[in-house]
Amino acid sequence: MTATTPATEPVEDWTTDYDIFDADYVTDPTPIWKDLRSGCPMARTDRRGIRSWLPTKYDDVQALAKIVPELSSKDPLVVTLPTDMGIDNSSGLSAPPISADPPEQVWTRRMILPAFAPRAVESHRQFTEDLCHRLIDGFVDSGECDGAVDYAQQIPPRVIAHMLGFDPEKADDFTTWVRGALELGLFDPVIRVKYRDIIQTFLVNEVRSRWENPRDDYLSELLTLDVPEMKGREVQVVVGIANLLLIAGIDTTWSSIGSALFHMGTHPQDRRRLAADDTLFPTALEEMLRFYSPVTMARMAQEDVPFGDIVIKSGETVLMNFPGANHDEDAFEDADKVLIDRTRNRHIAFGSGIHRCAGSNLARLEMDVAMRTWFARIPEFEVSDPNGVTWAGGQVRGPRRLPMRF
Amino acid sequence: MKIRIDAEKCQGHNRCFALAPELVDVDDYGSAFVLNDGIVPDDLTDKAQLIIDNCPEFAIEEVAE
Repeated sequence: MTATTPATEPVEDWTTDYDIFDADYVTDPTPIWKDLRSGCPMARTDRRGIRSWLPTKYDDVQALAKIVPELSSKDPLVVTLPTDMGIDNSSGLSAPPISADPPEQVWTRRMILPAFAPRAVESHRQFTEDLCHRLIDGFVDSGECDGAVDYAQQIPPRVIAHMLGFDPEKADDFTTWVRGALELGLFDPVIRVKYRDIIQTFLVNEVRSRWENPRDDYLSELLTLDVPEMKGREVQVVVGIANLLLIAGIDTTWSSIGSALFHMGTHPQDRRRLAADDTLFPTALEEMLRFYSPVTMARMAQEDVPFGDIVIKSGETVLMNFPGANHDEDAFEDADKVLIDRTRNRHIAFGSGIHRCAGSNLARLEMDVAMRTWFARIPEFEVSDPNGVTWAGGQVRGPRRLPMRF
Repeated sequence: MKIRIDAEKCQGHNRCFALAPELVDVDDYGSAFVLNDGIVPDDLTDKAQLIIDNCPEFAIEEVAE
């Protein structure tokens, strides 16, 4: 397995110089977390021009996620853009509520939550199922496919385009833009700003056209919500929210689907067991979310924040290491084993506290439909070339190439 | 058995509703609340324990009846 992240300076000491873009961390971070947890559970680094902390204990990540607003979400990307670029916002991501603190976080979040409630997301199940069948129709007879490129990656952008009322033909563009902003652009400010601006221009046009001529769709509905804080700047607010809805649900969800396919394609015992007993899907999928948690977010201290033996100084960042927390032996029995029937699973793959992923119910639905449909159509499959599997990491970790045979 | 949900702690993950819709429901914002005043029928005590053990916010607890 290889990492798609660019080569970085080798890490000599993970406790004082950690790097989540290191190829070893991207392909399998579990041994690194384990070492850190036993010796120095709050690792630090001064790479990339800013001191940043990496908690590895479940309880620490839970506690840090609740230090709000002292640990601010205004810049939630794991690499902060240099401030000397002369650009208007350092994060490249103005997407409330994820990039906001209270009070803005509260009212923007309340605007979107109803559309993502458990019963509301059920309205997307049939569309998602039909989509998964169409994708499988495209490669099933050939006996092989790339599970990441041909399947996992195709699903979330189309579901989101469908939900937001965008041209379904734009789905591939969305994938390119989101990877530009969140994956390739993490290292290259020019790329990040380029794709941020492409997304922004697209969304301003989409939202403005609905402001002028309301349609029977979700963005039009958001524009007409009775939210006092939004009055007089409806287009600006809804563009920000649409930015979140477009970028937050694409590579995150496809990474989860891809990781689940990777696991089942490399662990025949788990695959056979799940194929034989579909009542295991709920626990199996939560276990996939725990074990292969894709998302790491960042917070930035607005003041000095004492935490245990350390002080997170104003201006320093803390990574919300949800993936690492979910492997903590003190929080999960046999944490480094995948148990597809694990019943006690208090994982925080979707974060915790007030920034808990607003789209988690939709992500779970997409994952559930994608995996059930795959297993119904292709119960016998394997990763054909483990060396051909590549992983992206950093903000979002998941397979980007996944050669499959069936 | 009787359970309660701490509304201050609940962040709307909806794990409880997915696992035990017989015992809890959620509002439009994802906030969970107990059904039947939190009284758990005898045949559902395992499910009640399950939602206590799976809440990422530690928001569900057993209380004295």
